[in-house]
Amino acid sequence: MTDTTTSAGEQLHEVTIRVNGVSRTASVPARRLLSDFLRHDLRLTGTHVGCEHGVCGACTVLVDGEPMRSCLMFAVSAQAHEVTTVEGLCTAPDARLAPTGESMNPVQQAFSECHGLQCGFCTPGFLTTVTAYLEENPTPTSEEAREAISGNLCRCTGYQNIVKSVLRAAEIKAERADEAAARQTPEERA
Amino acid sequence: MKPAPFVHHAPRSVDEAVEVLAQAGHDGKVLAGGQSLVPVLNMRLASPGHLVDVNGIPGLDGIDVSPDAVRVGALVRHRGLERSDAAAAALPLLRQAVVNVAHPAIRNRGTTVGSLAHADPAGEMPSVLALTDGVIEAVGPDGAREIPWDAFFLGPLETSLEHDELVVAARFGRFPQGTRTAFAESARRHGDYALAGVGVAVTLADGVVSAARASFVSVTPVPSVLDLGEILGGLEPGTDAWVSALDAVADAVDEHVDPDGDIHAAAGYRRMLAAELTRRTLTAAVTDGSSEDRR
Repeated sequence: MTDTTTSAGEQLHEVTIRVNGVSRTASVPARRLLSDFLRHDLRLTGTHVGCEHGVCGACTVLVDGEPMRSCLMFAVSAQAHEVTTVEGLCTAPDARLAPTGESMNPVQQAFSECHGLQCGFCTPGFLTTVTAYLEENPTPTSEEAREAISGNLCRCTGYQNIVKSVLRAAEIKAERADEAAARQTPEERA
Repeated sequence: MKPAPFVHHAPRSVDEAVEVLAQAGHDGKVLAGGQSLVPVLNMRLASPGHLVDVNGIPGLDGIDVSPDAVRVGALVRHRGLERSDAAAAALPLLRQAVVNVAHPAIRNRGTTVGSLAHADPAGEMPSVLALTDGVIEAVGPDGAREIPWDAFFLGPLETSLEHDELVVAARFGRFPQGTRTAFAESARRHGDYALAGVGVAVTLADGVVSAARASFVSVTPVPSVLDLGEILGGLEPGTDAWVSALDAVADAVDEHVDPDGDIHAAAGYRRMLAAELTRRTLTAAVTDGSSEDRR
């Protein structure tokens, strides 16, 4: 696993992580944060870095489907795990082509419809967090939606439209699940 | 906001981890979930030369329920403990408390044993270990040893663990039959560090209190247990005597805690919160039957 060293004499590790379904490899020092691995080494700049100490939630990605702070994990520790970043959400099975031409999963679609973002800096963290949350609780109340996003900071929206987006995302997710069920042939259902 | 360089070790067994820790001396640090350690590294409040990443060691991720205790392995994430129905049935306090640890994204990675070893006075789980009369299981070069909670926590962020020892599990003691528990804390936002928090355990026999204890979060420098048996013993919950005894409980809490003030809350406010939360959790414990320790 250990390959070479940097010019400063720091040891480099050959790190391979499956990101959005694709196996990606880069040679990085042990101290490379997963967030920086994604952004700098893989050029996946959809993951945003805000506070770098786990408070703001902007860098949240899914590790084996569970939301985690990519700024609080080292790339070397993420090996053998499946990482999903915001770039990977649009290829979810329930993603659909939006009128704007982009493929969006239900949460992305809801944030777009409900104006759940302004500057967009915090949005990748909200999208990953909410996507995982709705898998666990597909029908949140308004109160539960607030609690679900309590680990993510947004400085623009005042959160009202983000809460609406979470509730709308649950609706869209249910609609798309119904559609998918209706399209199935009886044999598939059995 | 990036960590200083370090050498990453990925031992495959506890013995190997202990060996590396011994070689690293005081320049080594154990990395499990890293949810407290990595912020400290990112801010360069610490810059250990060696990180011993224990995530690849097999056999440390189990939760085992025995008649006396719930044993939580070093790699059990907070989320795993939260989701364990067996742990929640054997010791409801565990789930009652662990859902208050930070946010889900942190609980998904952070480990319960890591929180104990970190020994932050604002941590929920050290307080729970104290309330349950728990024990730390550590392994060092000379073999395994058990450290009772009150010999483990020495001060804020300070434990009696040697630099070449690894905590492999924590055993949270189960309460006697008829014990009801509750946990509550108050934070600026759900998931933030608590301004004050409390866990209580009330044992009832024939409808009256036979034992009662409380332990606190964020208002004592190290976890400590306040025995409320003398104040509440023999009382039947809900009676006038019980209600007026709660005033004496509040006074005892006020005497027991020693909070610091900071930008988030003054010391006096935290003191008041601790007393009021204790009053409320005691009432919640005896009125909510679902919190009973089932065996």
